[in-house]
Amino acid sequence: MGDKIEHEEQSRPAISVSGLSKTYASGLQALKEIDLEIRRGEIFALLGPNGAGKTTLIGIVCGLVNASRGKVLVDGHDIVSGYREARSLVGLVPQELTTEAFETVWDTVNFSRGLFGKPPDPGYVEKVLRELSLWDKRDERIMALSGGMKRRVMIAKALAHEPRILFLDEPTAGVDVELRREMWRTVRRLRESGVTIILTTHYIEEAEEMADRIGVINRGELVLLEEKRELMRKLGRKKLTLQLAERLHEIPPALAGYRLELSRDGRELVYTYETQAGRVGIAALLADLNAAGIRFEDLQTEQSTLEEIFVSLVKGER
Amino acid sequence: MNLYAIRAIYKFEMARTFRTLLQSVVSPVVSTSLYFVVFGAAIGTRITDVDGVPYGAFIVPGLVMLSLLTQSISNASFGIFFPKFTGTIYEVLSAPVSWLEVVIGYVGAAATKSVGLGLIILATSSLFVPLRIEHPFWMLSFLLLTAVTFCLFGFVLGIWAENFEKLQLVPFLIVTPLVFLGGSFYSIEMLPPFWQTASLFNPVVYLISAFRWSFYGSSDVSVSVSVAMTLVFLAACLLAVRWIFKTGYHLRT
Repeated sequence: MGDKIEHEEQSRPAISVSGLSKTYASGLQALKEIDLEIRRGEIFALLGPNGAGKTTLIGIVCGLVNASRGKVLVDGHDIVSGYREARSLVGLVPQELTTEAFETVWDTVNFSRGLFGKPPDPGYVEKVLRELSLWDKRDERIMALSGGMKRRVMIAKALAHEPRILFLDEPTAGVDVELRREMWRTVRRLRESGVTIILTTHYIEEAEEMADRIGVINRGELVLLEEKRELMRKLGRKKLTLQLAERLHEIPPALAGYRLELSRDGRELVYTYETQAGRVGIAALLADLNAAGIRFEDLQTEQSTLEEIFVSLVKGER
Repeated sequence: MNLYAIRAIYKFEMARTFRTLLQSVVSPVVSTSLYFVVFGAAIGTRITDVDGVPYGAFIVPGLVMLSLLTQSISNASFGIFFPKFTGTIYEVLSAPVSWLEVVIGYVGAAATKSVGLGLIILATSSLFVPLRIEHPFWMLSFLLLTAVTFCLFGFVLGIWAENFEKLQLVPFLIVTPLVFLGGSFYSIEMLPPFWQTASLFNPVVYLISAFRWSFYGSSDVSVSVSVAMTLVFLAACLLAVRWIFKTGYHLRT
């Protein structure tokens, strides 16, 4: 019996959204009948263009936006009637950099912990600050920090109450490469400790790097919901373009096994491959090119961007 | 009850008070001292006693109320308006706190500051005029009740206001006139009969009158009516805040 209850708790989704709609006072319909389940312990990436409804969806779950219709359960707790239980499980890092100005890093993170009903725990707060490389800045006023540091402070605030579910709304927008990598590491560490993570992003590589599952939202509708690996296999094509040293009239038979295309002027060779296919065979291709005596001056690779994937997805639906 | 949340908000707001000590405490004290110099020392010496109380001492309760009301409203309204303005309110809205906990935190801190300010002004006034407090317990109770009530009113105002102009509008256009016409500087018995009756529609008259009673034992209107009026206003503000948090008015979209 006890086992059964435990099992049910394990299999209960972290977040369950059903029939969720939102129409703003302006008449804008931001969400249309969204149904979505976020699994416990997964990293879920919500993709979509600006104004698609990502932030509205997060806002409703976190209590910043009133839903017009529909229901949201956080770990089985209704976000309206059981808001206390639901919200104490959730941490939110909003898109905008909205921080206090005059407070110190230490004070603001402890404030967040208290606000979410947790007793003071300097040891835990220290751990969070250290993990986010904020420990040296703990006594500084937030306004003295750089944009990237402020972003970290917002993450630290969201983690201050040991949430089980974390929302990251565009966490790496306007963040430099180093910090982006660091955030990915932090997110992975959190997932390892059992935290469910929902992130919104514009960057395909971010979703590719991080997510277990991907949902694409457009004009308030969930147009796609898939395991990342599956989605990447379908859509994540990469292109290798080789600028040849000498004009080539046709593709030699020795290279027939590759998916190659020769440009009309014979100066470019284009190789299309799938990033998730494991062995993509670039090294082998280059070796075979060499063996066939084809020399090249330069090469570049291109990957489908989210925008392209998105456009093709929406086109495909029509 | 999420006591940690109340404490966090209260501490945060008190820290803000201490950061702005100069503007929030020193400036009201200076302006009150100016009133004493002008009305108490310069003009007051030419005015006869009011109800057996020297004019300089007579205006003390009114002056304390004047500062208490304006500071309570401006401090509490700013305390909630500013997070709304900068966007940091998102955290309070997403936290597992009830409307009452939010109110206790914000209004409690604002009221603490107001009561402290009232006591500082009283102490300042005792340097200028001989003070007599007949009912110290009631004096403190009125101070507290008024501070809480008007901080709550300020809190509602701060949520209602969408911009700085609206934030200033109500204190300047409604509250300041009501306080000045509420008998801060005179007993309403000094007015012609028509204005005496008109004054009874000014809620501030009841506050100042009851507060003055706690000092000198005499009042324009019945003390129990004053207390009842204040409590009704307090209850109305509480209901307004409850409604605001239930519906998300000007807080959630």
